[in-house]
Amino acid sequence: MFPAYGRAMRDDPLLPSSPGFWRSPLRGTRFTSVLGLVLLVGITVLFVTGLVSYAAYNPGLSPVNDKTPDKGILGFYLFDWPTGPHWLYRLNQGVHVTLGITLIPVLLAKLWSVIPRLFALPPARSLAHALERVSLLLLVGGALFEFVTGVLNVQLDYVFPGSFYPLHFYGAWVFFAAFVAHALLKTPIALRNLRRLRQEDEGQGEDEGQGEDEEKGEDEEKDILVTPRPAEPTVSRRGALWFVGGGSLLLFATTAGQNSDALRRTALLAPHGGGDPGSGPNGFQINKTAAYAGIDAAETGEDAWRLVVTGRTGTVRLSRARLAAELPLYSAALPIACVEGWSTSDQWWRGVRLRDLAALVGYDGDPPDLFVESLQPRGAFRKAALRANQVADPRSLLALYVNGEELSPDHGYPARIIVPAAPGVLNTKWVARMTFGDL
Amino acid sequence: MRRPRFPAGSPFQLLLLACSFALAGYAGVRLLAGDWWGVTLWFVGAALLHDLVLLPLYAAADRALVRGLGARREWVPYVRVPAALSGLLLLVWFPLISGMVERRYRSATGLPPDGFLARWLLITAVLFGCSALLLALRLRRATKRRPPAVH
Repeated sequence: MFPAYGRAMRDDPLLPSSPGFWRSPLRGTRFTSVLGLVLLVGITVLFVTGLVSYAAYNPGLSPVNDKTPDKGILGFYLFDWPTGPHWLYRLNQGVHVTLGITLIPVLLAKLWSVIPRLFALPPARSLAHALERVSLLLLVGGALFEFVTGVLNVQLDYVFPGSFYPLHFYGAWVFFAAFVAHALLKTPIALRNLRRLRQEDEGQGEDEGQGEDEEKGEDEEKDILVTPRPAEPTVSRRGALWFVGGGSLLLFATTAGQNSDALRRTALLAPHGGGDPGSGPNGFQINKTAAYAGIDAAETGEDAWRLVVTGRTGTVRLSRARLAAELPLYSAALPIACVEGWSTSDQWWRGVRLRDLAALVGYDGDPPDLFVESLQPRGAFRKAALRANQVADPRSLLALYVNGEELSPDHGYPARIIVPAAPGVLNTKWVARMTFGDL
Repeated sequence: MRRPRFPAGSPFQLLLLACSFALAGYAGVRLLAGDWWGVTLWFVGAALLHDLVLLPLYAAADRALVRGLGARREWVPYVRVPAALSGLLLLVWFPLISGMVERRYRSATGLPPDGFLARWLLITAVLFGCSALLLALRLRRATKRRPPAVH
């Protein structure tokens, strides 16, 4: 059919297009099936938690919250982000990032297990097969693109070509489109292989690549993934799966701890693992320091700083002392949870309620949306919008103190927002101006 | 005489792939709205770099290891496993371990950026150390089990 790809290229074991070039006796649809099913579950969780994280930003509320305004129908599922349970975003993002890192060895092993297919000849047996191979470029390229941008972003290595949010969001949709097609085409085969594998293990133990002739022809992959020229084995299939699992376990063990103050020291290689910045009440994790954000100490002093609150009845200017004197102070135990997949345990914040500030400017009992602006001169989230349900929550504070002390400059002195279940970047630090009203 | 013909293949598969491409296209246009060349390069480059560089490199390293140990074949996992695990950690956390984001990391997080290399080396040492210990135990057990005549 394709004389250009002669039998010689398919049979010469020196060429990767020949099945005999690939010699590991581990390869076979069964090994691939196990890894594939793990990824099927894992990547689905990654995709869903990713979408949920986008919803947590309340992108529909205000352009300042939305880094992908031209999303169109890809935002079909968006909903008003709730304020409870207060650890909701912490859990979602911890799962998203920690699971993503944990799945890296599985992804690498899966790609290793199917590499002979990349070089398989003829390049296409039919139109459907040709399109499937194009789709595989989106699948493999998409998977690696998502994992690489994610892994680089959590390490603050912004070398990718553009802003992280649109790249990771639209890249996820491109990848997921190919992933769903691949899953629908391959999952039935993978499940069948797994069933066979279990029967085999219950029966005569490990017996790879043999005794399946009675069912041959059902999945054409078997022919090319199982090498016709197996090298002497150095590890069993089960051993290889343990090895992959061990890699995942090691990554998990050195990463997961960055989501808890008590376990932080166990996260030996994670960006927010190892330890805390300093000690004392303000010695918990910081996303952006005051110096990094370009906060001028002259603007935050007792004489210079005034909180400007605007609403239905006009504008009020409050010094820090007047703020604490005029409004009752409340406490709330809430975490900082970052999109980068690290979080703190609950900190004990103390400040004035957002809904009391709303009442101060004419919204008594019916708090509206809130637009917050920081002293921060530049940067992505120096302005943020909060929805009415977030403003109304009694735990939502403009915090002045944390853990019994004044806020430190790095945690947002003179005042910062803290809202239950909101992503870290919406908890604006160094607040300068608050505008209440429907957005 | 039959002319060679390029078959269409399963209609279900064609329909499924058409839907998949439509969605990928919808998102892809938005993905490429900024630096389209850079993004394409990263997207395709990631696949090529993995398939044609990373995978051949680690496969060749593994083959060299198996060859290099020659007759002591049972030693292979005791080198392969710690080396691969250590390499995996380096691959994932390269920007932090190599110190290439040191300045931004320090100024953004307020944390010391220089512990990552030391911790990675420490983990690597522990991995190889445990592996060596297991191998030594195994060799010792093998020697004990051997009949005295061999000594």
